Amino acid sequence: MTRSRHTLPLALIGICVFGATAAVLLGIEWFPERASREATGIDNLFWFLTWSCAVIFTIVTTALVYSIWRFRAQPGDDSDGAPIHGHTGLEIVWTVIPVLLLIVVMVWAWIVLEDTEKTTADRLVVPTVAQQFAWTFQYPEIGAQSGDLRVPLGRQVELELRAPDTDVIHSFFVPEFRVKKDVVPGIVTRVWFTPTKVGTYPVVCTELCGVGHNAMRSRVVVMPQAEYDQWLRTTRAKLAA
Amino acid sequence: MATYAPAHHSLPHGHGHHELPPVSHWWKRAGWWTASGIIFGLVIVAFFRAVFEQTPLWEAKTYVGIAAITGTIGFLIGIGCFDWWAGWMIGRKVDYHDHSLHGARTWRDYLRVNTDHKVIGVQYLVVVFTFLCVAGAFAELLRTELARPGQQFADGETFNGFTSAHAIIMILLFVIPAFAGLANFVLPLMIGAKDMAFPRLNALSVWMLPPAGILFLIGALIEPFSSGWTAYPPLALQGGIGQTLFQVGVQVAGASSIMTAVNFLVTIATMRAPGMTVWRMPLLVWANATTSALVVFGTPFIAGSQFMTMFDAVMGTHFFDSANGGDVVMYQHVFWFYSHPAVYIMVLPGFGIISEIISTFSRKPIFGYRAIAFSTIAIAILGFSVWAHHMYVAGMAPWLRVPMMITTVVIAVPTGVKVFSWLGTLWRGKIRLKTPMLFALGFLFTFVLGGLTGVYLGTVPVDIHLSDTYFVVAHLHYVLFGGAAFTIFAGVYYWFPKMTGRMYNETLGKWHFWITFVGMQLTFMPQHWAGMQGMPRRVADYDPRFADVNLASTIGSFLIVIGTVVFFYNMITSWRSGERAPWNPWRAKTLEWLVSSPPSIFNFDTAPQVVGSPYNYGVPGARHAIVFAPEEIGGESTEQGDRPIVVVANETVASTALLDEVRERAQERLWRFELIVPRGATERSAAERRLATALAVLREAGVVADGRVVDGGPLDAIAARPEDTHEVILATYRPGESQWMRHDMVDRLRKAADVPLTHVVVTRSEAREPLGGPAVTHLLVLACDAAGTPGLTDALVARADREPISVTVACPLGLAGATWSEEAGARRAAAVARVRAAVDRLHDAGIAAQGEVIDGDAAAAVATLIPVHAPAEVVLAEELAGSRGAAQAAAGEVAVTTLSTTTAGA
Repeated sequence: MTRSRHTLPLALIGICVFGATAAVLLGIEWFPERASREATGIDNLFWFLTWSCAVIFTIVTTALVYSIWRFRAQPGDDSDGAPIHGHTGLEIVWTVIPVLLLIVVMVWAWIVLEDTEKTTADRLVVPTVAQQFAWTFQYPEIGAQSGDLRVPLGRQVELELRAPDTDVIHSFFVPEFRVKKDVVPGIVTRVWFTPTKVGTYPVVCTELCGVGHNAMRSRVVVMPQAEYDQWLRTTRAKLAA
Repeated sequence: MATYAPAHHSLPHGHGHHELPPVSHWWKRAGWWTASGIIFGLVIVAFFRAVFEQTPLWEAKTYVGIAAITGTIGFLIGIGCFDWWAGWMIGRKVDYHDHSLHGARTWRDYLRVNTDHKVIGVQYLVVVFTFLCVAGAFAELLRTELARPGQQFADGETFNGFTSAHAIIMILLFVIPAFAGLANFVLPLMIGAKDMAFPRLNALSVWMLPPAGILFLIGALIEPFSSGWTAYPPLALQGGIGQTLFQVGVQVAGASSIMTAVNFLVTIATMRAPGMTVWRMPLLVWANATTSALVVFGTPFIAGSQFMTMFDAVMGTHFFDSANGGDVVMYQHVFWFYSHPAVYIMVLPGFGIISEIISTFSRKPIFGYRAIAFSTIAIAILGFSVWAHHMYVAGMAPWLRVPMMITTVVIAVPTGVKVFSWLGTLWRGKIRLKTPMLFALGFLFTFVLGGLTGVYLGTVPVDIHLSDTYFVVAHLHYVLFGGAAFTIFAGVYYWFPKMTGRMYNETLGKWHFWITFVGMQLTFMPQHWAGMQGMPRRVADYDPRFADVNLASTIGSFLIVIGTVVFFYNMITSWRSGERAPWNPWRAKTLEWLVSSPPSIFNFDTAPQVVGSPYNYGVPGARHAIVFAPEEIGGESTEQGDRPIVVVANETVASTALLDEVRERAQERLWRFELIVPRGATERSAAERRLATALAVLREAGVVADGRVVDGGPLDAIAARPEDTHEVILATYRPGESQWMRHDMVDRLRKAADVPLTHVVVTRSEAREPLGGPAVTHLLVLACDAAGTPGLTDALVARADREPISVTVACPLGLAGATWSEEAGARRAAAVARVRAAVDRLHDAGIAAQGEVIDGDAAAAVATLIPVHAPAEVVLAEELAGSRGAAQAAAGEVAVTTLSTTTAGA
């Protein structure tokens, strides 16, 4: 009925809003470096969510801005607006479309989740102990332990996370790997990742664990297989000496 | 500032405020009781520790925990929250309609226990905005520490204390009770009620908040609780006495919250004005009903979680001690089972406020009323099935994650329905950008962002990256600041004229909005990026690459402070000297705007009649309710002649309780009364006599009243009511005593009447009590042997047919000698039986009567009983005619006559 009058200004505002949103989304480096196999799936899902949300945000903001501009009462105008009580068609539309979108998100998320937690037979298992306020990574095959986590490139790693009974909850987080898991006294939790890039990345404790929480940092060093083997050998030799 | 009573309105059960002691009395009492409570708690602990040989005798946490509880209870007793109940419990005579603590005449009345929901609403808001300052101060402390990397002035422990105190005080002493306060003021008005269902419980709820806040504050200042507002064990178990005070504070605030919620539920369920069906309830009422259900189901869980951690800390239990079989993750399940629904507790009432404001300032009906109402319920139900989305990485059963993700993400759908419906309301409206509307629109923009980031956090793989980072901090502030705080500000501005009777300053209001809006976006927008990059939450220090975003956040938070200062300045100056507010400055439709600003002491002089939707803007001729108020503000003028109120009562028709109720109603000068007496099995003549007595009393008091006796029961009486009956007043005996009260008669009558029904309960003895006053001739009848005969009754009935009478039958025994002898006892017993028979017979004949047995002779009886019963006339039965001279001498000015008791009955 009044479509013709509203369409053009709505479209213009919409383009502006979406343009600004897209500029923010594209112009900023949102994620830290991607350094694990798992990160890819998570990032893709993230960006699907983000662009869907950008569209919804654009629709809402456009309608909001346009309404405020176009339907603002003139000074001295005491009349009422149009007595519209609802519109069943519209209500169905804005219920069903989000439902469909969310079904896609949920299925996708489920697939990504399964994928990130798929284990391989040759994975490197590293028993890990977190306590106030330090990380200890253990290498039982050489009888060594380290404050830094050293892992070979391209091989799946499983951390067996433990905290002493007398300690508190911590959380293992490597932003570059997009993985996180709480370390809980009394139970063993596990986290899996497959490093895909050589480098040194921060290990961050993300569960409030007391006075030293902000300083409870460590590093994960990803090295090529050869270098890793070399490190194992020298460490073993050092321990033997 | 004070609510006032219009001159024509008198308190129904007058207890003047002048009888109350001054405010200082209550506060002194509270001080003594608090101190005694604390000492009592300390002594009890010391005693038991000594008895059970606990070493060391001094164990700070135990003492502090118990003393905090007993001190709080002491304060509540001292300030007077329990006075009425205590009186009732110890059997003191209490007035069920005691309004002595109701309403405020001066500002001092806000400083004591008050049962008026409007006063309580304001008390709530003053308390919560005080704690907003406290929690805000903690926020600024932590933002200042975070302004630059490295340590500025607070070490890790102090900093953790800041975040914990900021969060718990904001949540439990600002957001949740702020909504309770707004709804306390507005909700009873909106549904056309005179108050909340349980006014004394309501007062108790608000007075529990200051102790709760003070416990948190003491804890935060002396030995900070620093395990976050979530207080996860085992970290929480490492805390000191601050943590113990935290645990007790949560109990106190939680109990307050539960009591308020129960009160709202009962109020909404039972006290809506006639005609207010659920589909005519304003959406704020829907929102509060749903929220209250969440509170009632959810809050016991956080109470439980804090009790368990407290027991672990002070009693050595092992709920969360993994070394001794405890389960650390269990705490998180229990905690979030409340604390996720709490998110909706903190935002659903805000949705209700926004629905009211957007409709009013768009001057359009709310778009999709039922869809919004149903979406509220959907959110509440789903809200209980999503708690574990806070625990995706917490080490819980892995299979739980996907189901919890589904329910979490599905909540976006009803939330989206609301947002789109609000946009639909704006569309083609006549939008006015007053301050409440600015906050509502600011909310819409901000909340959409917060809602969308909520979907990220609900999606498991994405949440694994984002969990416990600053992205979560940004998200929760977008929904809690943009969602809850903006709606609270919107609501405060919107109802400020109604609460205070004055307008706020519009210019300052707009400044407040814009400064806060910009400050809010600047504070929290950059935190999304920091979180994505991996900056964890709750850290006192951070990687230098996050320096710029943190500085921006800190600057934004200072802007918020400036905005809040403007807000407080506006509120205080406008409250003191703002322009006088009209009844309905926004030309809104809901009921609270159809009464004066501020409303009178009992809100509505007469129950309003709801006739339509509360959002019928732009619909020609539509109205929400008929209120007896000036027409220019949308009420119905009262000059259309008196409408009938029907009074249905049989044996209780001439009781003081019922007649008082009628007289009170009659003071509204809007009604005529039709007394319909369904006689049932009683004699028609007896029913007529009772009716005549009641009518005489009412007419004497200037009440327009008429009456008739009908055959059959109360349902027949209802059927015989006039067409345009406004209300039915039903009087019965108490449930066990009344024939009518069987078979759910009251409910059936209510249904049959289809108009409001007031039920007056009269005890048997009250119904028989002789009425005094000029309209009814009260006779003191002296008869001894004749008392047992029908002759006396018949003679009195003959008299009653000429004029309304009530009777005291007294039997003077004329005992000479020992009054304790066996013979005297026997005579006395016989006389009592005769008098009782006479009273019963008179009652059956429709004459109110009571009996006395006096040891002395007739003259002594007259002398004793005239001061007690103040009869209009003394009547001597024939047998005592001989004592007439002596009796007349004793009676003084009261006439003494004799009555033949034989002829009349012959």
